[in-house]
Amino acid sequence: MAIIKRFRALIIFSIILLGLTLISPERGTQALSLTGDSLIDMFSLLPPILVLVGLIDQWVDKQVLIKFMGDDSKFLGVIVALLLGGLAAGPMYIAFPIAITLLKKGANIRYVVFFLGVWTTAKLPIVLFEVAAFGWKYTLIHVSVGLIFFYFVGVFFEKRFDPDTLLKEDITSND
Amino acid sequence: MSQSIFLYGLIVLLTGLSWFKDQQKTKKALMKAKNMLVKLAPELLAILLFVGLSLSILTPETISSLIGDQSGILGVVIASFIGSFAMLPSFVVFPLAETLVSNGAGLVQVSALIATLVSVGFASLPMERRIFGKEFTYMRNLSAVLMAFIFSFVIWVVLPWL
Repeated sequence: MAIIKRFRALIIFSIILLGLTLISPERGTQALSLTGDSLIDMFSLLPPILVLVGLIDQWVDKQVLIKFMGDDSKFLGVIVALLLGGLAAGPMYIAFPIAITLLKKGANIRYVVFFLGVWTTAKLPIVLFEVAAFGWKYTLIHVSVGLIFFYFVGVFFEKRFDPDTLLKEDITSND
Repeated sequence: MSQSIFLYGLIVLLTGLSWFKDQQKTKKALMKAKNMLVKLAPELLAILLFVGLSLSILTPETISSLIGDQSGILGVVIASFIGSFAMLPSFVVFPLAETLVSNGAGLVQVSALIATLVSVGFASLPMERRIFGKEFTYMRNLSAVLMAFIFSFVIWVVLPWL
């Protein structure tokens, strides 16, 4: 049962793909080849990011991270989250393993949630695409609304969640 | 592509340095990376399959017809819905959004689509839940939907000056 549960999402999407292929073979093969493309994209980013997360886990001293992103880091925490999220590359799901490692190393939930917000709305490479498509005024509005909003989401999450319960499952372990 | 080469190069360099300083720690770090990849593999494959499905079903014409510039609040809701379900690589999001607007979609609605596309992930929910737990995941995604509504409202207000 546990195995079925783990693969539940994968099974459901495979069935949808099968259904789509039956209705329209053309769209089905297109979906499959697009999936292949994103598999390549994923392998160009995710493995090195996971090794990076592993290295951070082993080498970065908890005290150092607490200084940069811990409960009393204040403005420094905001700056570090901005730099980490803003200079990042890649889709949101790559940010999750990084975020949980920061949390594990003693970063405050507020800055971790803000980091996720920065990753989604203010990644520098993507901001350039946005300026090209909609101009700098639009981009400025998007980025500022995003940053302000997600900072306050972080403040709220800090009050709402206990770091220990979030860290219950250790995804780096082998069980 | 160059981004990937840079990233791999950087990681090989860092791992080499780490190996030179402490083999035991480096082995542990690599084991942890491997464990994460193995643990998240089913969720990751599900995400990729979903991206493929989204891209093949949601053609720009289909989306534009649903969220035209006269579609109002309903259009914003539809756009947020599509954006939450679909997952696109972020460098595709803005060129697509531009195409949508030139095909007749409203900028306010497209804004809600952009905001949810980049920060709400129906397909990545299983993975996010596995890492952060149920409550955190649902609340983070809900807050991102709220952000999409606020953002499109702001765009609606300032649109005459844009």
